[in-house]
Amino acid sequence: MGDNKQKAIIQLKDIRRDFVVGDEVVHALRGISFTIYEGEFVTIMGTSGSGKSTLLNTLGCLDTPTSGDYFLDGVEVRKMSKNNRALLRNRKIGFVFQNYNLLPKTTAIENVELPLMYNSSVSPEKREKKAIECLIAVGLGERLNHKSNQMSGGQQQRVAIARALVNDPVIILADEATGNLDTRTSFEILVLFQELHAMGRTIIFVTHNPELAQYSSRNIVLRDGHVVEDTTNTNIASAKEILATLPKNDN
Amino acid sequence: MNFGNLLKIALKAISNNMLRSFLTMLGIIIGVASVIAMLAIGQGSKKSIQEQISEMGSNMIMINPGNREKGGGGVRMNAADMQTLKNADYESIITKCTRYVSYVSPVVSSSGQMINGNNNYPSSMTGVTLDYLEIRKLSVSDGEMFSEQDIATSAKVCVVGKTIVDNLFPNNEDPIGKTVRFNKIPFTIVGVLTAKGYNSMGQDQDAVVLAPYTTVQKRVSSITYLNSIYASAKSEALTNKAIDDITEVLRENHKIRGEDNDFSIRSQEELSSMMTSTTDMMTKLLACVAGISLLVGGIGIMNIMYVSVTERTREIGLRMSVGARGIDILSQFLIESVVISITGGLIGVLLGVSASYVLKLILNWPIYIQPYSVILSFLVCTLTGIFFGWYPAKRASELDPIEAIRYE
Repeated sequence: MGDNKQKAIIQLKDIRRDFVVGDEVVHALRGISFTIYEGEFVTIMGTSGSGKSTLLNTLGCLDTPTSGDYFLDGVEVRKMSKNNRALLRNRKIGFVFQNYNLLPKTTAIENVELPLMYNSSVSPEKREKKAIECLIAVGLGERLNHKSNQMSGGQQQRVAIARALVNDPVIILADEATGNLDTRTSFEILVLFQELHAMGRTIIFVTHNPELAQYSSRNIVLRDGHVVEDTTNTNIASAKEILATLPKNDN
Repeated sequence: MNFGNLLKIALKAISNNMLRSFLTMLGIIIGVASVIAMLAIGQGSKKSIQEQISEMGSNMIMINPGNREKGGGGVRMNAADMQTLKNADYESIITKCTRYVSYVSPVVSSSGQMINGNNNYPSSMTGVTLDYLEIRKLSVSDGEMFSEQDIATSAKVCVVGKTIVDNLFPNNEDPIGKTVRFNKIPFTIVGVLTAKGYNSMGQDQDAVVLAPYTTVQKRVSSITYLNSIYASAKSEALTNKAIDDITEVLRENHKIRGEDNDFSIRSQEELSSMMTSTTDMMTKLLACVAGISLLVGGIGIMNIMYVSVTERTREIGLRMSVGARGIDILSQFLIESVVISITGGLIGVLLGVSASYVLKLILNWPIYIQPYSVILSFLVCTLTGIFFGWYPAKRASELDPIEAIRYE
């Protein structure tokens, strides 16, 4: 477990989520409790059907648990209205998806600006400045005005990460963020996540790939809606070193 | 999210799908253009009829013998019924109805042949007084009108219209002072009327022969009654009061106590509304057809917006996950459909107006574009956009972000 003196970003207390499918009730989450502190890089693992997607939706304030308490950055989420949860996502969460989900025919800057478009306190000038900063931070300073369909998968995922950073979220939620990428590009993205972690960002990385656990600071394993393993990794492997050993891509 | 950002997003979405947006607009464009063109044609012909009627004198009141209300509908009336208006009626209107009536003239007509040497022309001679010129808005361009003296003496003088002159004097001779024959009676032409051309019903307004009514009564037709009496109210607004006054005087003259009058009075206004009612009907019909095409255009918008929402489900999911509220998504799609319909409306207005002018230029149709028809179709357009955009937009805003973001 993390250092208790640190600030808790996410607190889950006995989270349960039931779905009614026809006459049957499916228990996706059966009482999950854990706390994630500021600056942690947590991987959440589990096979399909383990409840990790439901957990991710809950953590991302997209779904509300059936019972239990969820505090995000000290705010109780479970009883919030839909609109307030949208506001919370806008200000405190950055999402990175498996299939990037960039707007088509739209430039990198405009894609990254998107979350700030829904925050009327940010002026257009500030919005663009912030978007450019984030794109430079993910190594895309040269491709600010490239459209999403003119970029490779790795570049698109970098744009998506920049978009997740643009609102200075308290937590970055990545859902199989390397799932669609080849090995080398996956490691490039992993390096980026490790760099963000080193800069003090709190990251939750949901994946079914057990190999990724060695690159994070903590690993939570789900099975059948329960947490079956929660280990802190003191010996974090460097994705950068592994990347150096990989052969360069032909293209 | 503020309006500027939403508008930016909507414009972006439209320009991303330029061809499709344009095709969607086409429905609205055609709808609006046809509404405007149809109204322009309808209003144009109505206005031209109204203008021609007011050229004939907008304050005009026509008093005819017989009861039109009773005998109307094409039923032929008793000959005696047609002889109820006498000279005494004309004289009492002139003396008693001075409050609202400015001009009065008896009308006695007789048809026959105008003859000058080898040239002749079938025409109708109208016996009137000097007031007739004022009532019918006529004027004498050459020579002069016959005088009161001519009326008193039943002089055989006449004032003719341009068509008569052209037919009787084909060699451009000066008709003033010439003697022509009407049937067998010689008449001296003292004046020529200013040309008026054809009226809206295709009648030649210049094929007239005016003579003193006494002459026509005594020397041409040998009758003692009048075919009708024309009067003119002091203003258009006073027409109805003038009619009431005249009715009272005539009922007194004719000693009528019961309901049925043996004369009927009609104002120009009535005639005008009678004649424009057909064009009004046509205008409404045309506008309805055009309105239906606007409706079809609106359904086109709804259809495309539904497709657009389905196609962009993942985009909607993404927007929601980065903090868009339902209302933001709703506004985004609503603005998109309104922008499409307003742009279509603008192009439609331009197209409708230019189509109207093309009709005017090529077919010489009377065209009148009423400002309200432009504003109305524009308003309808915006409402169409909101109305037909609402359901797709609502559906988009109610999507579940979790499902939307993973939608394939």
